[in-house]
Formats: sequence, C-alpha cells, structure tokens
Amino acid sequence: MEITLRETIKHTVANHLNNGFLAFGQCLTAVGWVGGTLPEMYEDQGMIELSMADVAGGAFVVGAGLMQRKPIYVIRYQGFNWYNSVSIINYACKSKELWDKPCPIFIRSIAMEGSIGPVAGSSHHSLYYRMPGVKIYSPMTSNEYKQCYNDFMNSDDVFYVSEHRGSYSNDKELEDIVFFNPDCILFPISITRFAAVEASKILLEQHGIKVSVYHQKILKPYQLNPQALHYLSKCNLGIVIDDDYEDGIASNIAHKLMINSNSKVFAMGLKNKSAGFANHLDNLPPSSVEICSFIKRILKNKRKV
Amino acid sequence: MLDKIIAKAKKCRAFEVSTYNQIVNKNIKIPVYLSAGQEMISSTISTYCEKLEIKPLIFGQHRGHSIYLNFGGDPIKLIDELLGLKTGCAKGMGGSASIHCPEINMFGHDGLMGSNIPIGVGACFASKKPTIVFAGDAAAEEDYALAAYGWAATKNIPILFVIEDNNLSILTDKKTRRSWDIDNVSRSMGIESFNITDDPEEILNSIQNYKLDKPRLLNINTNRLFWHSGAGKDGDPKDLLKNQDISNDLEYFEELWKSRLGKL
Repeated sequence: MEITLRETIKHTVANHLNNGFLAFGQCLTAVGWVGGTLPEMYEDQGMIELSMADVAGGAFVVGAGLMQRKPIYVIRYQGFNWYNSVSIINYACKSKELWDKPCPIFIRSIAMEGSIGPVAGSSHHSLYYRMPGVKIYSPMTSNEYKQCYNDFMNSDDVFYVSEHRGSYSNDKELEDIVFFNPDCILFPISITRFAAVEASKILLEQHGIKVSVYHQKILKPYQLNPQALHYLSKCNLGIVIDDDYEDGIASNIAHKLMINSNSKVFAMGLKNKSAGFANHLDNLPPSSVEICSFIKRILKNKRKV
Repeated sequence: MLDKIIAKAKKCRAFEVSTYNQIVNKNIKIPVYLSAGQEMISSTISTYCEKLEIKPLIFGQHRGHSIYLNFGGDPIKLIDELLGLKTGCAKGMGGSASIHCPEINMFGHDGLMGSNIPIGVGACFASKKPTIVFAGDAAAEEDYALAAYGWAATKNIPILFVIEDNNLSILTDKKTRRSWDIDNVSRSMGIESFNITDDPEEILNSIQNYKLDKPRLLNINTNRLFWHSGAGKDGDPKDLLKNQDISNDLEYFEELWKSRLGKL
C-alpha cells in the first residue's frame, strides 16, 4: 500500500523538527493534530504553540525565519491568512531583496470546504500571489510534497504551500492526462485536480470528448509547459480551475496561457460571492459535474460558430 | 559612564543637525526621520550593553539614526544610505526608515509601524539571544505589539522593549488615542515595566542589575526636535543637550557630508 499524503506530511514535519528546525501554529497539539498531519511532539522538540493572536503570530514566525530556523508555519484554514500573512508578505518576502537577509518560512496553509462559512472555506493562495518574494506550491500527492519540501530546504525563500484536507488520504500520484488532439485542456489547481481527472474520464467515456489535464503544482514562479502550449494552440480551448476565487491566480494563469498560445482560456473557481454555512448557500470549488457541463456548453457554442 | 553616554548623544545630535542641513539644502531626496531629541535613550542603553559586553539583536524602525550610530553603525554608510547609494548600510534600499546593519545585529524595518515588536519577539524566542526593540508610543500601541508583549512574558524571553514616548503620533497626542499606558499593560502581563524620562540617570536606574535575560519594558518620555523632514518642532521640548557644545562633532559631520556628496 502506498503512503498517504497525510503520513508524508507528518514524517516531513517530524524530520524537520528532529533536525533542529521549528514548527509554529495555533492549537497544534489539540485533538486531531491538524488532521493527523503532525507528529506528537511538543515545545521542547520544536513544536511551538502560538497564542491566538493571529497577526502577531505570523510576525513571531518571521522573527524565527530571520534567525534561519526554517520555521514551518501551520495555518489551519487558509482564510486565516487575512490576519496571519501581514508580516510574512510585508517583511519575510521582502527581506532578501531589501536587506540581503533571507527569511525562509514554509507556510502550511490548509484548505477545506463544506459548511465552514465565508472565511474558513477554500483556498486563498491568491492572497499571496500578487506580491514579490514568495513561491507558491500546491502539492496533492506524497511525491509532490516531498519535492516541495526539498525545494524549500534547498532555497532561502518563503514558500506558501497550499494544502487541502481533501487530499490528505490520497495515496496515488497524479499524472497528466495527455491527448494528441484534445478537444479541451484543463489546468487544475489544488483539490480541483481530482475533479478534473474525473471530468476527463466522464467526458471521454460518455461523450467521446477528449480532455487533457495538466496538473498545476507550482503556481509561482509559473512555468509554462511547452507541450501544453503546443496542444492548446491546436485545440484553442483551455480552462484553469481553482479552489480559490476566479479573479485571482486562475485568471492570471489563464491570461499567461492565452497570450502564449493565442488560444481561448477560461478560468473556473469559486463564484464571486461569500459562502454561507448552510449547504445551499455554500460556495464550493467546481465539481466534476460542473466542469463537464462547462466544457460541453463551450464546445457546443464553439461548434455553432 | 555618564560622560560616555553624553558624548555619544552629542555625536548623534551633531549627525542629525548636519543631516537636517542637507534636507534644507535639498541634497537628500527621500523622506528622512530624524531622531534628534531622543538620542539619550539609545546612547544610554547602548553604553549599558557595552558595559555588560552584550551585543544584542536590535529591532528599530523609523527615527532610528541614533540607534544605529549609538550601537556602532558607521556614519558614512548611513550618509550613503540617505543618498540612496549602493554603499549605504542597506544598499540604498532602506533609506532613513529601514536601517539594516548586520555588523551591529540591526534588522531592517518594513514600514508597518510596530511590526518590529512581534518580529523582534520571534527572533528572540527562536535564537534566545538578548534582543532590544525600539518603538515609538504610537507603534507600541498597535494590536500586534500588545500581543507580542504578552507572548514575550509567557515565554520569558530575554528582550527589552524601549518605547520612545514623545506623546505624539504625527501630531495626535496620546490622550486622544488611548486612555491607558503601555507600562501598565505590560506590567499586567507580568513584564517588569517602568515609566520614566530620558534622563540617562533615570534610564540607568531602570535597568540597574538587569542582564537582558528576561522581558522588560521601558516607556521613556522624550521629545523629538524635528518633525518628519524637519518641517517643524514638537512644542517646547525639554532638550537635554541644549547646553552641550556639539560644534566639533558638527564640523566633522558637515565635512563628512561634503565628502560623500562630492562623490555623487
């Protein structure tokens, strides 16, 4: 049996602390140990419980970063970054450029969905995206997580690691799905990668529509995939799918893909509204059903044209 | 020790007056935040650290020229910084407000008032090195600053908070902004706290026998001589250096400015 992402993260954090580095966060040692992604370690071993002061907490971690303790900063819900990110974005991300003083931090920012309201729900990696000095990864598999962590340890940058609780039990790697003459190409981010794979399967099996999937693992700095661009320019239809609002990374990557392939690329993500707690008022990322409907609708219009 | 403190403060005053002259003559093109009037604070604390043979981590913010100079920063690099040169202490990126100097363990500031307080706390916690944070009375009342005093107390880390309290945030006085005092708040959190003037003897009394081995907060009432870029003065400041002769130091710094400007 393959190891789950949950176990991989837990081992990664344990090794990090055993090597003398630090991890910070709020309520880390509480029941559940953050979805089972933390080893049962305590302050004397480097697992530091912060107070509930979110803004200051982020700044404490920046101070630890300045001291080169390579802190892992666990943020239990990505929306909490509205408070937690202040000093990370304004100090840690700028420190190397301004003062030649690196301030490496590994931000484990965790998303989830489903009746958790307007702040706690979904991914918020776009919050960091517009600012310089940060790298943004969104690993959904064990190997991707290991790669992300190794990249961090070999660099002196701030890493925003956009995790999703929905992926913690995943024990499979996610390969790109590549058709030589696709009808459409998907560029999914975070948890929407699973829905995109499912949508590709459904559309092929039920409608004979060929949908390629290029998984988006590193969001910043963004590297264009030459193969994806080649096929995109041939089929002239792409969709970037995100677990964050559309008017963020998804639209930005779509723009990059469009100008580099001269093709039409859409962005799908959270709808432009606040999520309520009730099921019918929630704001969820695009499901496989929604992705299928969207593709079918666009292809229908395209064929009409 | 008092003679040394005053000698250092005089140097800082001379530097600031010479810098003010460059502002007036339009030789400096960036906003400059002068520390004139507040020199006694960092000159006293730095001299005390020298006596203890401690080289603390230093987290200041704007109005920090005297902090930099008193803890051993090179005035030429500060002049170059104010002129935006690569040879400046922060390679021209920091300017007056974000002085960074690894040689004296001084960390740059990002411009968010008071952010140096929790960042300094985090650095102190992670390194366990003696740390001094300097902030004004406005920065010191930031919400995240209050949380930082609390965590410093909880973790009992070796940090000294120095609040340079001139009673003003730009020109809004303290009583308009808040009904409480920083030292009372920090004391309630378990930090030994003092509310004093910037008379060096009073400052020394407040840190007597203190080895920078636990949290302490000094709210030091002081005056700034110049507003942001020397546009005006604060009321009628009690200027501790008013009767001191700074002419020799002033002449030295005027020459230094002239020589650096000559290299542009």
